[in-house]
Amino acid sequence: MSVTTLPPLALAHRQPNWLVRLFDYKPFLIAMCLAPALGLLAVFLTYPLGLGIWLAFTDTTIGRKGVYVGLENFQYLLTDSLWWNAVFYSVVYTGIATFGKFALGFWLALLLNNHFPFKSLLRAIILLPWIVPTVLSALAFWWIYDPQFSIISYLLVDVLHWRTSNIDFLGSPWPARFSLIAANIWRGIPFVAISLLAGLQTISPSLYEAAMLDGASAWQRFRYITFPMMMPILAIVMTFSIIFTFTDFQLVYAITRGGPGNSTHLLATLAFQRGIAGGELGEGAAIAVSMIPFLVFATLFSYFGLARRKWQQGESND
Amino acid sequence: MTDTVAQPAVADAKAAPDTMAWDSGLRRLMMIYLPLGCFVLILLFPFYWMAITSFKPNAELMNYKEHNPFWISSPTLAHIKHLLFNTAYPRWLWTTMTVAIGSTTLSLIASTLAAYAIERLRFRGSPYVGLGIYLAYLVPPSILFIPLATVVVQFGLFDSPMALILVYPTFLVPFCTWLLIGYFKSIPYELEECALVDGATRLQILRRITLPLAVPGLISAGIFSFTLSWNEFIYALAFIQSGANKTVPVAILTELVTGDVYQWGALMAGSLLGSLPVAIFYSLFVDYYVSSLTGAVKE
Repeated sequence: MSVTTLPPLALAHRQPNWLVRLFDYKPFLIAMCLAPALGLLAVFLTYPLGLGIWLAFTDTTIGRKGVYVGLENFQYLLTDSLWWNAVFYSVVYTGIATFGKFALGFWLALLLNNHFPFKSLLRAIILLPWIVPTVLSALAFWWIYDPQFSIISYLLVDVLHWRTSNIDFLGSPWPARFSLIAANIWRGIPFVAISLLAGLQTISPSLYEAAMLDGASAWQRFRYITFPMMMPILAIVMTFSIIFTFTDFQLVYAITRGGPGNSTHLLATLAFQRGIAGGELGEGAAIAVSMIPFLVFATLFSYFGLARRKWQQGESND
Repeated sequence: MTDTVAQPAVADAKAAPDTMAWDSGLRRLMMIYLPLGCFVLILLFPFYWMAITSFKPNAELMNYKEHNPFWISSPTLAHIKHLLFNTAYPRWLWTTMTVAIGSTTLSLIASTLAAYAIERLRFRGSPYVGLGIYLAYLVPPSILFIPLATVVVQFGLFDSPMALILVYPTFLVPFCTWLLIGYFKSIPYELEECALVDGATRLQILRRITLPLAVPGLISAGIFSFTLSWNEFIYALAFIQSGANKTVPVAILTELVTGDVYQWGALMAGSLLGSLPVAIFYSLFVDYYVSSLTGAVKE
């Protein structure tokens, strides 16, 4: 309540009109400043989030208001092999893609942390896959994965003669799954690399100098300086990455639309197919809601799992 | 040009006592330049492939035996011409532009005010409001699009670009607010105190002192929001029905992919033209992108 002492000071001399005085009254000003942001978020984020959870317990379809049906939607999902398939692929997709993105992204960040000419130009070029609309680069991947005219098949068959037949990237379940994961890794590397590069640049060179004087090898410097120092930023970037990989929609929708034979559905694309395309809003909402426990678990795991180390070392206040 | 002259000299000076100079040069080549080259090649190849496909005539596109697929023997503008004159591409571009500019403006205003209130008009609970806004960023659109579709229908905004302008701030505002809180933090508080002592009102301080100093932050937040709204897909797919009101990413995927025989030339031309505006925009503001990307992570 200390704020109430301020206004008299502000309007000490000169009595401006009441509107100006009102806007200088701190509680009012705070409310006015927060109103647009909180209003937008309340109407288009908090309310839909609650509404989505409510819809998951109803049998609403497009054009018909549903009634409360309890856990029926979820019970149905538990018996639905397509849902289990989507859960399985979402977990595999997130796991492998996150691992790939971070392994390659960290490597790229370490490479970019060296000195060489045209560094900033290179950094700018590397961010390009992340800037361009995902759907449009996904279309390019679709074309690269074409069964007949794939450029990768051409390279392997006609140029290098490593294979005798074209690869059928998207025609059967497992190749399609891995093709999508590869496209996701391709798109995720720049974000990881540039974020981690920013973290690398904050590590003081004197730490490395001290370690080198003590005779530490390159691997030891990485293991005992770079890696521990990067933990906090890794935790944050990984949390973001896991959340947005698990709920990914665009890549799968653009390249396979869940096919072949529904083998590449992620939970988000399945929710779209049932909820919007199929009109079963209640069931689609239930699929979307079923993502929340996974997200909470993944967030807690990646955030606390990685950040714990830092607390144990007692460096909590930076 | 001074750099190129200076570098060999420095390298020589360093290398002179080192008999393993050639070896270390080779090592550097193998450990840094070679992997970097591979990364750049792989990260850029899809764009090269996209660009080259959109200028290839159909005959070349489907015949790898007689034409080297990595090059174009007789470039053509047919695909781009088809896109510009036989489809509603200009209309889609215009819609996307309107939506991106509208939602960016809206979220910039909302998040500047919110960030100012949280960081500068400190009040009890302001850190919690900040945290709440940050948590909003962690709610992915994939969870929200189904209930949001019903909200949009309730408001009578279905199939209207206005729906997108109002909905995009849900992911833009949290991001911009956090970015701007970071920027406001870097502006010395003493400046505002001086102005307060001189009798300026809070709004005058915001307009005359804080905002002009936060211009780099505003630019970062603005271009980032513009890019994010240009690239947004799932809301635009779910809320827009009619072909004319679609945004570029959605329209290219849903309107150009027709039947079983894909018009790869036209599709790639569409992807190229849809990516080009953001790519050009990006090239103009590279440094702001990098700073906002890394700034948002560090906050």
